[in-house]
Amino acid sequence: MEFMTMPTQQAEKPIQARFSPYDMNGGTVLAIAGEDFAVIASDTRLSQGFSIHSRDTPKTTQMTGNTVIGSCGFHGDVLTLTKVIQTRLKMFSHIHNKDMDTTSIAAMLSTILYYRRFFPYYVYNIVAGLDSEGKGCVFSFDPVGSYERESYRAGGSASSMLQPLLDNQIGMKNQEGAKQVPLSKAKAVALVKDVFTSAAERDIYTGDGIVIHVVSKDGITTETFPLRRD
Amino acid sequence: MSMRSYCGVQVCIDRSRSVIPTVDLTEQVLPKLVCAGNIPGSILAYNGAAIMAMKGKECVAIAADRRFGVQAQTVSMEFDKVFEMGPHLYIGLPGLATDVQTVAQRLRFRLNLYELRENRRIKPKTFMSMVSNLLYERRFGPYFVEPVIAGLDPKTFEPYVASMDLIGCPMETEDFVVSGTCSEQMYGMCESLWEPDLGPDDLFETISQALMNAFDRDAVSGWGAVVYIIEKDKVTKKLLKTRMD
Repeated sequence: MEFMTMPTQQAEKPIQARFSPYDMNGGTVLAIAGEDFAVIASDTRLSQGFSIHSRDTPKTTQMTGNTVIGSCGFHGDVLTLTKVIQTRLKMFSHIHNKDMDTTSIAAMLSTILYYRRFFPYYVYNIVAGLDSEGKGCVFSFDPVGSYERESYRAGGSASSMLQPLLDNQIGMKNQEGAKQVPLSKAKAVALVKDVFTSAAERDIYTGDGIVIHVVSKDGITTETFPLRRD
Repeated sequence: MSMRSYCGVQVCIDRSRSVIPTVDLTEQVLPKLVCAGNIPGSILAYNGAAIMAMKGKECVAIAADRRFGVQAQTVSMEFDKVFEMGPHLYIGLPGLATDVQTVAQRLRFRLNLYELRENRRIKPKTFMSMVSNLLYERRFGPYFVEPVIAGLDPKTFEPYVASMDLIGCPMETEDFVVSGTCSEQMYGMCESLWEPDLGPDDLFETISQALMNAFDRDAVSGWGAVVYIIEKDKVTKKLLKTRMD
């Protein structure tokens, strides 16, 4: 975010001052849905241009007992958006005496994002958790609220590096005769660590560490894993 | 992982402009100057391409997609982007299709002169310098190609891979090189799948999977692929069946 003063060639013209309300703070999120669990992870680096602001800022937020949202893009909008969602969830739980479903949170997020269609939150969101039947679910969003339920999705600065590998390893794309076997929790977590380690090699906006949340019927477990810090 | 340096400045100049502009250069021309293969709308991404090369144990591989298109419209699915420059030497040229063919022809011409004068096969590293020199001669009106070179040394059969930007800044690596419109996807795949000392069969599987899954996430490359596995006593060319959308 910066103020720019544009000098003009002619002396008669007034000096223009411009304000850019957006910034890009990098970060990558990744979510995988299993049969009865969901894994969501994000890196912990917060950067701007060539400088690193923080090495310990996870971009995931736990919303309810079985929903986690990962958001990256402009960190100012990430903070505002997660605050708005948490407020709406608290209002819901006071009115209805229960937590909102993951599926409903995704639908609500879509409307929150589309409400700002012409001055958007510059945030890429991925919602992960368990649906009303207890199955793992992942929803991915664009900044203006277009969303889709999927079985795996990478978002943010290194998404283009992670997504093809997920296509190959989880979607079994380009593998002739390969059978779709149900993904285990251990394999999902190991895959997350592998793809983030690869992304940290090439993407300067991804690194320092990752936080991995595993959502299952027994609750949410969280683990951290170090990445390269340069 | 070895350290790599890559210091090429990427510059494009509008060659269709026939008269020297009289407008203020700083305002009109400078914003157009920067372009790269993975930025949609740039000249390098006009036709679309995906090429990579990998080192193995006593072998190297180079692979490319086969699409020739004009922006979103696919025109051909049998377009050659990899050219044989010797029994163990290949070059892949992703970029503007007209420049791909021109550069391939001019390189072949220079290589023929070199081999007639020297009466021996060129080393991959020397060939790389030849490509770099050809591109840098057009420093301010470049050919829009970012080459990938793969080969074995004609005497020692040492594997060699290198890539360079459109004005000839070279990058030699110990593992793999990628170039084209889906370079980020290719980096993601190669960084995860590649490992040292792969044999020819494993190298073929690795480079094929890396290329196919990368270009399936790119709208302007794919539509079939070709893989060359270069070994001491044989070169194997394989055409891959891929999804055609």
